[in-house]
Amino acid sequence: MSGFVSPVCALIFAPLLVGIINRTKAVVAGRRGPPLVQPYWDVAKYLQRGVVYGEVTSWLFRLGPVVNLASLAAALLIVPFGGLGAPLNFSGDLIVLAGLLALGRFATVLAALDTGSSFEGMGASREVHFAALAEPTLFLALATLARVTGSFSLTPIYQGFTATVWVHALPAVVLVAMTLLILELVENNRIPVDDPTTHLELTMIHEVMVLDHSGPELAFIHYAAALRLWILGSLLVGLVVPFRSGSFWLEGTAMLLGMAVLAVAIGAIESTMARYQLIRVPQFILGAATLSAVAFIIILV
Amino acid sequence: MVMVFATAILLLLFGGFLAVVLCARSGVSQVAGQVGAISGSALGLVSAIRVLLTGKAEGMSSVWHMPGGSLHFQIDVLSAFFLLPVFGLSILAALYGRSYLADRKGGYALAGSWFHLNMLTVGMALVIAAHDGLLFLLAWEIMALSPFFLVAFDDQKAEVRKAAWIYLSATHLGTAFLLIFFVLLGRLAGTSDFDGYAAALRDNPALSSTMFLLALIGFGSKAGIVPTHVWLPEAHPAAPSHASALMSGAMIKVGIYGVVRTLTFLGAPEPWWGWLLIAIGASSGVLGVLFALAQHDLKRLLAYHSVENIGIILLGIGIGVLGLAEGIRPLAVIGFAAGLLHVLNHSIFKGLLFLGAGAVQRAAHGVELEELGGLLKRMPWTGATFLIGATAIVGLPPLNGFVSEFLLFYASFFAVVQPAVNIAVAGLIVLVVMGLIGGLAAACFAKAFGVVFLGSPRSPEAGEAREVARPMCAAMAILALLCVVFGLAAPTVVSALDRVVAAATGLTIGAARDQLTAVTGPLTIAISVFAVCIVIAASVWAVRSRRLALAAVRTAQVWGCGYPKPTPKMQYTASSFVQPLTTQFHLFVRNREVLVPPEGYFPASASYSSESSDPFLRGLFAPVFRWFDYLSHLEIFQHGLVHGYVLYLVITLVALLIWGSVW
Amino acid sequence: MLPFLGIIQALGLLTSFALLGTRSKGAGPQWLAFQGLLCGLVPIIMHADGLTTQVVLLAIGNIVLKGIVFPWVLLRLRARAPYHREVVPFIGIVGSTLFGIPVLALSVWLALRMTPALKHAPFVMLVLSIFLIFVGLFLIVTRRKALMQVIGYLVLENGIFVFSAIAISGTLLLVELGVLLDAFVAVFVMGIAILHINSEFGFMDVDQLTALRG
Repeated sequence: MSGFVSPVCALIFAPLLVGIINRTKAVVAGRRGPPLVQPYWDVAKYLQRGVVYGEVTSWLFRLGPVVNLASLAAALLIVPFGGLGAPLNFSGDLIVLAGLLALGRFATVLAALDTGSSFEGMGASREVHFAALAEPTLFLALATLARVTGSFSLTPIYQGFTATVWVHALPAVVLVAMTLLILELVENNRIPVDDPTTHLELTMIHEVMVLDHSGPELAFIHYAAALRLWILGSLLVGLVVPFRSGSFWLEGTAMLLGMAVLAVAIGAIESTMARYQLIRVPQFILGAATLSAVAFIIILV
Repeated sequence: MVMVFATAILLLLFGGFLAVVLCARSGVSQVAGQVGAISGSALGLVSAIRVLLTGKAEGMSSVWHMPGGSLHFQIDVLSAFFLLPVFGLSILAALYGRSYLADRKGGYALAGSWFHLNMLTVGMALVIAAHDGLLFLLAWEIMALSPFFLVAFDDQKAEVRKAAWIYLSATHLGTAFLLIFFVLLGRLAGTSDFDGYAAALRDNPALSSTMFLLALIGFGSKAGIVPTHVWLPEAHPAAPSHASALMSGAMIKVGIYGVVRTLTFLGAPEPWWGWLLIAIGASSGVLGVLFALAQHDLKRLLAYHSVENIGIILLGIGIGVLGLAEGIRPLAVIGFAAGLLHVLNHSIFKGLLFLGAGAVQRAAHGVELEELGGLLKRMPWTGATFLIGATAIVGLPPLNGFVSEFLLFYASFFAVVQPAVNIAVAGLIVLVVMGLIGGLAAACFAKAFGVVFLGSPRSPEAGEAREVARPMCAAMAILALLCVVFGLAAPTVVSALDRVVAAATGLTIGAARDQLTAVTGPLTIAISVFAVCIVIAASVWAVRSRRLALAAVRTAQVWGCGYPKPTPKMQYTASSFVQPLTTQFHLFVRNREVLVPPEGYFPASASYSSESSDPFLRGLFAPVFRWFDYLSHLEIFQHGLVHGYVLYLVITLVALLIWGSVW
Repeated sequence: MLPFLGIIQALGLLTSFALLGTRSKGAGPQWLAFQGLLCGLVPIIMHADGLTTQVVLLAIGNIVLKGIVFPWVLLRLRARAPYHREVVPFIGIVGSTLFGIPVLALSVWLALRMTPALKHAPFVMLVLSIFLIFVGLFLIVTRRKALMQVIGYLVLENGIFVFSAIAISGTLLLVELGVLLDAFVAVFVMGIAILHINSEFGFMDVDQLTALRG
């Protein structure tokens, strides 16, 4: 049952990633920062709270966070954890992954529009804009990996990156990894795309979309955001950490360490970079797409 | 047993004629039209389903021979498959139509609309069943003309008349190419029967390619590929919504039927046909959704999405043709399966969305997005079914749109891992294009659904909207249910496609079935993932309900940055929602903007309005039509003198006689 | 050998795309310096099994000139220049980046066609050299500012250098010296010209030079 390691790890450790990122940012800024487990306390606290709904909201507003969380949790069934396969793998599972990510986003966007508030409309508008560009980029990156390994199912792709394949395709791997890093930042609304900590509505994307959610639904949103961070992150780390020893413990430990390093790296990026102007973000995503396109052409022949 | 089909056609015709005959008594006339349409289409549906189940073609050849052709009908598997959306949507359109038209006056116009609606169904069914070139063209003309009258339903409005004329010009531009196509084919084959066509072109690739191009332009203009799509966004907003549903759900698919049918005549395809189809599919798909983004008339938006979905269908067929040409069988089978399944799926969700738009139009007296809002609470059935349709058309799991897009993505990924470089590149292009289309379509329907059904009403009419009549809700609910069923029963649906795909690709049924089994396995697991997703959603919902039972739940105003009295006009509008995207793609989407900025310290008035115009209509067709205006100088020949007209006849007759005797 | 060349190819392509997509001041010469450094490494890796003094000298000369001297000159020029960025290139940076992808595909195709004639040339380097030549030409054609045009010229030169390093075995030095001399002269002539144009007319837009027509 080693297949279930990946979703279980994700369910347990995903909020920890957020904790590490926040701690890193605090340390760089010279503060002590919240405890690493603070995101867990936050989720638990919101679960206990009551709810305030906007006057014009309908059932869609209540359903949105639930669908978002469910689609991301279901996606865990097909996301491999490095060489450790996912519980389910089948040709074309990466299409299902993209579909589930899109479903979660669509639900969040509609819930935001249900408030009738112009702030949330603004956030939703930006979200769909960047997502429309990020989706083909994700497919470019996945297509490159598929071509390298000759398979189009996530688990065989990631298990296919043995040391020899990895070294042989190193340039492409580096380029795709850079694409995936950018996608991780874009899809999870981190700096330099979006600032998850600011509360100035005009500059936010994700935070402003979920501004009017509260109580258990806010808990779902926070937890789902951590899962999304985990899913895209494990695609990246699985590519960069080329341990395919077959040893369960070694690979698992390497991947967990890799995820921690990724979280620290995101924290470092957030501490050292400024948010881009919104108008620059599409160019940022286009750059990511270019990297993967170049990688695809390199390994084409 | 082709008699069932013939009876179906006769019932449709009878209903239409009865409606016209009884037009003095509006109620009876409408019932006659509706009953004729429903009973005829139901019978037709039965005959189509039986052919699909048995796989045996049913033919009927009349003893009566037309000059130059024969009355040869044949319903094979391919025809039966394309008859499904025609008859299925016809039933639902008729069910919906009478309630939709309930508040309209004018017995003659109403009777006419029923007559033409039934004629449209008859025309489409005959086109699909025709097995003879000349017969095909005749039926094509019936199918092409009836929508003109449907579009011109509100003919007292100038813009409706304009839309009807644009439709008529566009459709005849395509017919012209089809005329050349069938005349050339007929001359080559020495017969106008479809059976003779294949033999004539077997060993002549150059000729096959010419024929392919002619058919692609002719059928493509009916299907609405870019740049011949210009009639769609004009015709659909003008026509009654149930007619739009039938036109967009079924009629444009007849164009696709033409392309697929032609491919079966032409023998082994060339690789560049596949590339051309992919290029056309990609440009139609991306441009269609980009133009759709800029619209703020709900029906125009849906019309542009038809262009997008025709693009997706052609991408599938293009990949399939490429696979056939390069001898990669899985690619051929899955590509065609993706395209054909999307034909069916698109007719379901686009029919649903047009019916939903019609319901909105009836309830809120308009489909201008900036005047709507908050309808989900006021029209729960329409809202929920429209949401299902929107989710399906965006291609999100677990609905039917996802299934056909899954097949297309699957075929593209399969192409990407092939050793051949050109195949891999084709696969990558389709992948990227499909990703972009998916993302943009999600943006577009987030806008459409969000602005129409969510938030609060932006006009008094929208605020007073009430749910529409039962039959209309029923029609929408049936289609929404089909979206869900075709999504969750995907493996069954896909494996049932084996005969149709075999007929379209020319492979054996066994070969098609083998390749489809490779996809149904993954699809089954994918569906189980979605099942898990639904279970998780249900349990999370249960957690939420239990928590909320214990905690305080109250309502309040949403945060307005400290502004306590927001009005509905302050909501994000459709235009502002997509402004970043339209700006990003300003190369293709040109908005005409009129800005009156506020002036002075106490500005009295200010306004901004934007209007999106189709660059192809403006840049490509307007100059052509201007050129046609010069031809109006030929009016001197139309002088109204009967003697003169008889003289023309005589001159023509003499000229023909001389021509005939010299050659 | 191949993994190293693969990495150099990937990084070389990256620098080219960075040059196509850059608009911030100072980024151009820096990317160029990095690219010069990478290209200078190519002959050393190519002849790793039998390094001769000639090859080493050539490589060092290249790295010094194109990795350090030319970029430094350009940076100095930029520091004196009145403008901060390539204001409006004839083709925008998004367009340029998107343009790069089909051109890269074209380079791969051309390299495939050339491989039979150049048996010893590593395929990845062939692709890189052809792509660099195209990018150089593209920059020269589409950029308004003389600075970016000089950079384009040097990218073109990098392409020729890589090509000669992998394709020509015997007369490497001769060919390369000739080209290098051209580049050297070009940079200084252009550099001096830019400065003089700038001090004389107060602008560096090349397209405005049409005003000088008699």
